[in-house]
Amino acid sequence: MWFFYVTGILLLLSFFADKKKTKKALFIAYKRFIIISPSFLIMLIFVSVILYLLPQEKIIMYLDSDYHLVNVILAALIGSVSVMPGFVVFPLAGILKSNGISYMIIASFTTTLMMVGTVTFPIEVTYFGKKVALIRNIVSFIIAIIVSIIIGIYFGEIAI
Amino acid sequence: MKDKKNKKDKKRIIYFIIIAIYFIFVLYANLSGISSGIEIGKNLISFLSYMIKILPCAFILIGLFETWVSREKVEKHLGHEGGFRGYIWGIILAGTMAGGLLVALPVSSALYRKGARLSVIFTFISASAIVRIPMTLFEASFLGVEFTAIRWFISIPLIIIFSIFLDRYLLKQNYSMRM
Repeated sequence: MWFFYVTGILLLLSFFADKKKTKKALFIAYKRFIIISPSFLIMLIFVSVILYLLPQEKIIMYLDSDYHLVNVILAALIGSVSVMPGFVVFPLAGILKSNGISYMIIASFTTTLMMVGTVTFPIEVTYFGKKVALIRNIVSFIIAIIVSIIIGIYFGEIAI
Repeated sequence: MKDKKNKKDKKRIIYFIIIAIYFIFVLYANLSGISSGIEIGKNLISFLSYMIKILPCAFILIGLFETWVSREKVEKHLGHEGGFRGYIWGIILAGTMAGGLLVALPVSSALYRKGARLSVIFTFISASAIVRIPMTLFEASFLGVEFTAIRWFISIPLIIIFSIFLDRYLLKQNYSMRM
């Protein structure tokens, strides 16, 4: 909840420093939100359906511990389409680790989960356009795979 | 021109129909007890409440940023004058983010409007997936410091290199962000 307090404190500081400017800031906040809100709505719909199709228990089931490149890519695909707030991701990663899932798979899953946004795609398109959003997500996917493989090598999970 | 507008209108109507069907389905499912619809409705409410906790703060911060921070300052540090330090700033800024892409995307649009260059913005967006401080502490405690360290040191250079290339490519295309 630190985010909430920081916003509150800054807003108060701004208010005491310059009421007019603060009013303007709130108006800008409102305007920016209204413009993007249709994309947020579409994202919400996506999220609710994906959470239904791919709940946490299923994710654990699909992630395979065999040290295969195919499994790394599969984990990356699952990470790309699923949604989770940050504070849920790493406790889940901890559970995966204790279930014997390799670091490599966990890296692939968590990195794409945060970096590749399938559900936030409509929002990204609204800001950046289709082409740029697509390029950024595909490259993020590739970066996640590279990172995972290096993690796999470091922890001795794959031999070179 | 007119053709484009027509296309846009058509798109809007399709969106509207999809959204309407979705809500009618969820409502109907809840009334008549279809479990998939009830589940989806529950997910909708739980994620909506998560968004309500984060988004108002995020947009208020964006508003404050746009009124208090001058364009010159942003251009000097995150713009073309910023040099390599711009990327460092982008990564530090990413470290303070909450809420992932959901928040990083609107913030990047505000940065762009104030004159930050695209390569710094792309670095910021992708880095906000990796280096967010509260998340990193969590990550290190569950998976070990080594795991986090490798993830940082491999992904950050890759992110910066990619951002520079994408920026250069888009410059040639006369690209500009929307809004």
